[in-house]
Amino acid sequence: MSDIAIKFENVSKQYRLGSIGTGTLSHDLNRWWIMNVQGKPDPYLKIGQVNDRENKSTSEYVWALNDINFEVKQGEVLGIIGKNGAGKSTLLKILSRVTTPSTGKITAKGRIASLLEVGTGFHPEMTGRENIFMNGSIMGMTKTEIKSKLDEIVDFAGVEKYLDTPVKRYSSGMTVRLGFAIAAHLEPEILVVDEVLAVGDAEFQKKAIGRMQHVSQTQGRTVLFVSHNMQAITNLCSRVVLLNRGGVAMDSDPVNVIRNYLMFESLKEGSITWNEETALGDSIIKLLSIKLQGEDNFVRSHFFSNSIIRVQLEFMIEKLDDDLVVGFDILDENNSIILRTYHNDGHPENWPKLKLGFNKIACDLPAGFFNSGTYYISPKFSLHFKKWIINSDPLLSFEVEINHGVSPFWNRISKSNRPGSSAMILPWKVNDNEE
Amino acid sequence: MANSSNEWDLIIEPRGSLFKLNLKEVWKYKDLLEMYIKRDIVTFYKQTILGPLWFFIQPIFTTVVFMFVFGGLAGIPTDGIPQPLFYLSGICLWNYFSDSLIKTSDTFYLNQAVFGKVYFPRLVVPISVTISGLLKMLIQFILFIGVYVYFVAKGTHIGINYYALLFPVLIFILAGLGLAFGIIVSSMTTKYRDLKFLVAFAVQLWMYFTPVIYPLSVMEGSYKKYMWLIQANPLTAVLETFKYGFLGKGSFSWFSLGYSFAFTIILLFIGTIIFNRVERSFMDVV
Repeated sequence: MSDIAIKFENVSKQYRLGSIGTGTLSHDLNRWWIMNVQGKPDPYLKIGQVNDRENKSTSEYVWALNDINFEVKQGEVLGIIGKNGAGKSTLLKILSRVTTPSTGKITAKGRIASLLEVGTGFHPEMTGRENIFMNGSIMGMTKTEIKSKLDEIVDFAGVEKYLDTPVKRYSSGMTVRLGFAIAAHLEPEILVVDEVLAVGDAEFQKKAIGRMQHVSQTQGRTVLFVSHNMQAITNLCSRVVLLNRGGVAMDSDPVNVIRNYLMFESLKEGSITWNEETALGDSIIKLLSIKLQGEDNFVRSHFFSNSIIRVQLEFMIEKLDDDLVVGFDILDENNSIILRTYHNDGHPENWPKLKLGFNKIACDLPAGFFNSGTYYISPKFSLHFKKWIINSDPLLSFEVEINHGVSPFWNRISKSNRPGSSAMILPWKVNDNEE
Repeated sequence: MANSSNEWDLIIEPRGSLFKLNLKEVWKYKDLLEMYIKRDIVTFYKQTILGPLWFFIQPIFTTVVFMFVFGGLAGIPTDGIPQPLFYLSGICLWNYFSDSLIKTSDTFYLNQAVFGKVYFPRLVVPISVTISGLLKMLIQFILFIGVYVYFVAKGTHIGINYYALLFPVLIFILAGLGLAFGIIVSSMTTKYRDLKFLVAFAVQLWMYFTPVIYPLSVMEGSYKKYMWLIQANPLTAVLETFKYGFLGKGSFSWFSLGYSFAFTIILLFIGTIIFNRVERSFMDVV
């Protein structure tokens, strides 16, 4: 027997955009006629196009998945990452047989259980115990299996006191814990997990990750794990597949794929440009573009915190004015300003010289400054003490994934153990300059 | 690495075979079937005062109303059968059929949340609905027996005979027809929802084409022209056989019962095919 657990062969999935109800009966009839009477392949499959959220589709049909080919080995923990709309969930839905592929074939060995959403089929009126049996059997367990695992499940979820209380009286956290506990004790040969870790408190998330590791390492089960949480992916997975526009963009070890994902996935983002007509500003100065670059000069919106973030401004000066001040604010997720910076903050010798016509200046936000999070940039142009020229809302966002520090204590500084927007490492010393 | 096809436990492909009924898989999920039945019954009377008594209230009141309207005002004869028995038997049987049909006809729509997340043979759900409905029907049948015993004790002559033993067959036909029509409608309403409105309405009218409130003999007397319509109705034989067996009135023929039975089997077969077809991809259209 080969050690392949799941095999995807040319799997594609097509969706029809827009409303399903109206105007489709004719398509249905036409499709039926061509396929079943004339015996030709589905005509509407041909005009589908690649799923790309950024460009509005011109076709009514779209490929959510396009020719997916890969294999998953037994006992492997495979991470699947990609932007929203890249096809991750569709892939899992097909794998868990909620929907079927349009073309292609998936073959698998062993029982597949999915955690597309935990607590599926919970009935609010039924007690925790009844729901364990209900949910367990929906997931494909038999009654005897559930009975033998009941204590473990209850213990894992931490709900023994509420076992005979209707689930509608549970807190949402308890419901999720119970749901996950059932799923975690399913013992399928293949476990499919989609973003469940987004819910529950930190302690529970830890427990959940531990359980997934346990399942894969000690019991040799195969796990497919879809998440936006790169930290979790790095910790858990032995291999990562990157999906982009419904296709496999990369398939390699986690560090490699995640680095590439953060670097190239968002190449197109991380900049905003205007043309002469739409440019912000007035008759003195017009803002043409803001670009975010890393050390490698690629424009992007995802950064690791050990890289500088270069904010480059391009603008056109139509009337030179000595009072002209160019700068921007950085805001955090709560819309509060973290810092404001102007081109003439420093010593006049170090100011970039502004000239009539086209200007391109840049400001480097130092490496190691930001904590993980999403940040926003809003340009601030003014005539000093006279008037605002550009004083806009945030126009551009970027994300930082924390990845700096050499301390053995904090080599995993993360948003969860380090509050605040800045995670800058500051010098500490024994203060011996006493008076 | 030679992968012979039988090495795989699971093969996911765009289209399954048309005539693969998946019944084996349904059997594999029999524990789930049991849970669904339990759920239907348990949640039915949670937070109600009268609880299971509701199973009795509905047929009693309907019978009383029928006695006034059809028996009293309209003066439709009941073949000499005491009115409460006549109406009660019709109501029990008819309600089981119509409940099964209407409740299963929403299967995909009502369960899309669950169906969208986990795979199990979807047929489990409508089957469980039909079976939990059966329990309700049997409870109502006890009521019927009660009334029956009352009339016998009062000295009314009621000619029960061996044909009453066909009761399980009648139940099977009712359940099968309700389920089959229900899953067909359910499969069709995932895409075109209009059908749902039509069904509630059609079932209501259907009752008048079935000898529920009138004996077949009366219909034969008044509207001989339309008898073929009543005869073609697979439910006619069920109600007539029941009344013939338990109450000694009405008509019985092996031919019409056989027709109903065959009709049920064929419809179940077609329904399962359609249902299985839709269950594979309904998430994309619901």
